[in-house]
Amino acid sequence: MDALVKAAKAEGKLTVIALPPDWANYGAVISGFKAKYNIDITSLNPNGSSQDEVNAFDGTSRAPDVVDVGQAVALANTAKFAPYQVKEWSDIPGGAKESTGLWFNDYGGYMGIGYDSTKVPAITSVQDLLGSAFKSKVALAGDPTKSNQGLNGVIMASVANGGSLDDVSKGVDFFKQLKQKGNYVPVVGTAATVKSGQTPVLFEWDYLSASHGKDVPTWKIFVPSNAVIGGYYSQAINKQAPHPAAARLWEEYLYSDEGQNLWLKGGARPVRQAAMTASGTVDKTAAAALPAVPGTPQVPSGDQTSKASQYVVANWSAAVA
Amino acid sequence: MTAAGNPAFNAAARPLGGGRRLPLTWLGVVPFFIYVGIFLLLPTAIILAGSLIGPDGSISLSNFEGINKPYMYKSFTNSIEISTISAVLGAIFGALLAYAVATGDPKGFLRRSVMSAAGVVAQFGGVTLTFAFVATIGTEGFVYLWLQQHGIEMYPNGVWFFDLPGLTLIYLYFQIPLMVLVFIPALDGIRPQWREATESLGGNAWHYWRYVAGPLLFPSFLGCTLLLFANAFSAYATAAALLTQGGVIAPLQVQALLTSETGSSAPGLAKALALAMVAVVLVVMSLYALLQRRTSQWLR
Repeated sequence: MDALVKAAKAEGKLTVIALPPDWANYGAVISGFKAKYNIDITSLNPNGSSQDEVNAFDGTSRAPDVVDVGQAVALANTAKFAPYQVKEWSDIPGGAKESTGLWFNDYGGYMGIGYDSTKVPAITSVQDLLGSAFKSKVALAGDPTKSNQGLNGVIMASVANGGSLDDVSKGVDFFKQLKQKGNYVPVVGTAATVKSGQTPVLFEWDYLSASHGKDVPTWKIFVPSNAVIGGYYSQAINKQAPHPAAARLWEEYLYSDEGQNLWLKGGARPVRQAAMTASGTVDKTAAAALPAVPGTPQVPSGDQTSKASQYVVANWSAAVA
Repeated sequence: MTAAGNPAFNAAARPLGGGRRLPLTWLGVVPFFIYVGIFLLLPTAIILAGSLIGPDGSISLSNFEGINKPYMYKSFTNSIEISTISAVLGAIFGALLAYAVATGDPKGFLRRSVMSAAGVVAQFGGVTLTFAFVATIGTEGFVYLWLQQHGIEMYPNGVWFFDLPGLTLIYLYFQIPLMVLVFIPALDGIRPQWREATESLGGNAWHYWRYVAGPLLFPSFLGCTLLLFANAFSAYATAAALLTQGGVIAPLQVQALLTSETGSSAPGLAKALALAMVAVVLVVMSLYALLQRRTSQWLR
C-alpha cells in the first residue's frame, strides 16, 4: 500500500470521467481523495454516459484512468480493462465482481419515483401517475434508449404493471398511456429541471433523487413495493491508464471505509455496506437516512438489460413521440 | 500549377523580381482547401470507412442492413418531415418579408434594420436558442406561466413543445431570417422596368407575376427552400437540447447509437446512418446548385 501511494504521488495526477459532483456524493469523494493524497484530479465530461466513458479510452495521456459504468457497458468492454483487486476484495459479494477484478460493483440503489409533494398528491402506486393531477409532470432521469438509469425506470414501470425483468413491454405501454393522457414530459430530468419545477415527478435512482431535497425541501421518494428494481454501477481501470498507480490508489480509496461512507452519505448503497455493518465501521446516521425498501429487490442481469434495451430502442419513439 | 511546381528553379533563376511572374494566386486558397480537407473531407472519409466495418470488425455492408428497421426509418422520415415543413414555412414567410423589404427604400430604415436583424438571428441556433425558447414557452417559461395565471393553458392536450412541433417552431426562428438573406439578391435583380414594360404592353399584375416575375423568381425560391431544408436537416445541437429522449430524428439517432450505455451502442451503424444523411444533403445541395445556375442567367 505504501509503495502504491508513493508511485501514485510520483504520477501526481488522475483523470476521471462522467462523475457529476451531485451524483452519489462524488464531489466530496473527489475532494477527499485530493486532500488525502495531494493528487490532482481532472474530471472530464461530468454528464457523460457510461458509453462515453469507454469511448474516451483513446490511448492518449488525456484518457480517463478509471471509469464508473453501468453493468451493460462493463460486460461489453472487459477487453479494455485491467484486472485489479482492492484490499477489501473479499467483502464484495461473488456476483458483484468479475473473478479476476476486471470490474467490480461499487454502489447501487433502487429505482424510485421522486416528487414534489406540494405540486402533486402523495404517490402510493405507479398507476397513480395516470391520474389528472399529474398532467405534464412525469419525467424520466435519462433517455431509456441509451441511458442505464432511464432504461431501469421503464423496467420498473413494467414490473409494476404486470411485466417482469424479462418483459419490458408493459413499461413502454405504461409510458405510452402517460403520453396519451398528457402526463408525460419528454425532458430528461436533472437537478436543474427539478429545481426549476419542470419535472415535479421523476423516475430516478433513489440515491440521486434524495439529493434534490436540498433544492426542493418538500421532495419525497416513493419506491413501489411490487417493483423494487436494484441496480449497481461498477468500477474498472483503463488497461492503458496514463496514471496506472493513481488509478489503483483511487480504487483503494473508494473501497476504504472512508470512501464507502462518503457514498453512503450521498444516499447510495456501497457494495461493502453489509460487511461494514457487521464490523461496525459503517456511518450509522447515513445508513439510517436511506429510504426504507418495502419489498424484495430484483436486479436485472446484463443479459436482461441488453434484451430490454433492444426492445426499448425499437419501440420507444413510436410509443412516446 | 505547372509553373508553381518548379518554384526552386524559378527562384534560382530570378531571385528577386521573378516572383512577380510566378502565378502565386493559388496560395490564397490553400488555407481554404486545408480547412475543407480537415473539417469536411476527412470526417466524410472516416464516416465512409467506419460505416463499412461491421460489429465483428470485418468489412461488410451489414451496417446498411441495420438501417432497415422501422424505428430507423421513422427517425429519418421525421427528419425529412420537420426539415420540409420548416423549410416551406420559412421560405414562404421569409420570401414575403424579403419582398416587403426589397420593394421599400433601398437605403431606408426598414431595410437596414431587417437585414442586420436577419443577419444576426439567422446565425442564432443551438443550445442557446433552445434555452431561450424553454425559458419563454417551456412548462416553466415566463410567457407560459403568465398566460396560465390569466386562465389560458397553452398546452391543454399535453406539452407539444418538447416534441417535433416545438422543434419546428424553434427552427422557424432561424429559417425565416435565413430565407430573407438568401432570397433578397434575387428580388433585387428584378428591374422595375420589366413591370413597366408589362404594363405598357397591356398586362396587369397577374400577367406580370405569372409570366415575368414568377418564372424568374421561382427557381431561386425553390433553390433557397432547398438550402433551408439542408439547414434544418443537418441541425443537431438545437434538437439535442430540446428532444432529450429517444432518437426522434436522424442526427439524434446517430447520437443514441454512439452513446448508448445499455448495450445498444453501434458505432458502425451510427456511421452508416450519418452517411445516409450525407447522401440526402448531397442530393439537395446538387439540386440547389443547378437551380442557382439557372437563376443567375437572368438575375444579375
